[in-house]
Amino acid sequence: MDKTVNQKAWFLILPVLILVAFSAVVPLMTVVNYSIQDTFGNNQFFWVGLEWFEDILSSERMWNALGRQLSYSAIILMIEVPLGIYVALHMPKKKGFSASICLVLMSLPLLIPWNVVGTIWQIFGRVDIGLLGYTLEKLGISYNYTQNFYAAWFTLIIMDVWHWTSLVALLAYAGLQSIPDAYYQAAKIDQASRWNVFRYIELPKMQGVLMIAILLRFMDSFMIYTEPFVVTGGGPGNATTFLSIDLVKMALGQFDLGPAAAFSIMYFLVILLISWVFYTVMTTLDKRDGV
Amino acid sequence: MAWMAWTNPTIIFFVVIASLIGGFTLIAIKFPETPRVGVLRIETTRGDRLFISLLGSAFINLAWIGLTEGISQWGALVVCLIYATAVFRWV
Repeated sequence: MDKTVNQKAWFLILPVLILVAFSAVVPLMTVVNYSIQDTFGNNQFFWVGLEWFEDILSSERMWNALGRQLSYSAIILMIEVPLGIYVALHMPKKKGFSASICLVLMSLPLLIPWNVVGTIWQIFGRVDIGLLGYTLEKLGISYNYTQNFYAAWFTLIIMDVWHWTSLVALLAYAGLQSIPDAYYQAAKIDQASRWNVFRYIELPKMQGVLMIAILLRFMDSFMIYTEPFVVTGGGPGNATTFLSIDLVKMALGQFDLGPAAAFSIMYFLVILLISWVFYTVMTTLDKRDGV
Repeated sequence: MAWMAWTNPTIIFFVVIASLIGGFTLIAIKFPETPRVGVLRIETTRGDRLFISLLGSAFINLAWIGLTEGISQWGALVVCLIYATAVFRWV
């Protein structure tokens, strides 16, 4: 608090800034330009002012997609975070063969590209040839993700849990590994219960990495596109049309560049706000813990 | 640059943003500061407060578009300026 901050080091990131300018800032500026104009192609634009923003803000389609998106992110976070912690707590604590095997197995799903994950689950869930779909159908459970709302959501959620829980588990495991043995010994002397050890030692020590895990999983699920696109294509109907799928439909499917640009800007602002909140909470926690 | 479809208002918008960032960079170099804790209970520098002001202003403008009908968008700018002043004073 009593030290002045020297911000000159920021100039060292100038090369990155130039790269980002080309890959992100210039396209973003173009999106802003598109959002207040209309085009019929041929690079001819017509000024429309704030019309697209008014349209999008009053469109039920956007609010529904946002609702679906938030529900999806909330559900997968509620499953993946506790499950990830549970898995991490049950992984071997001591370094050795079994710990290495666990780590490799946990990393495998993370290495698979998104579209391949989508294809795996698209086939796995099929009623005619997929192991999951076929088995459920034989058990008498009506399951068809191309027609049934619940089946489509179930498939996408299970797929995400399968793909990303190990990320949470690995981060939580890293947090657990950093706890010195002395803490556990002290807890043993105090005859602390397993729950108390978790609540007062492990959870606070994992707080930092868990925040990172939640941020990463939230952002990634909030921007999810490839997997639902491959598995359900946004269907049945609009049941799994999340924000990015809707955006692509609008921009590339219908070639409505103006409304899509206005939509993108709002999407970007929401992501920026959430990232800022998470970042601030994380850095504040770090400072409080003296890390 | 034609493909970027520039318009005068968007040019002014980005020039204002760029000069704000540039200006604040110069101020930060000339007058290094100590971060302070405000009503949000988080440490902020002038740059942080500028970011909070700009991001909040974007949402104020969107809310204005969504919630008001037929009232000039300049009204939102007035609200934004009041909001930014409050951020710089208390956050």
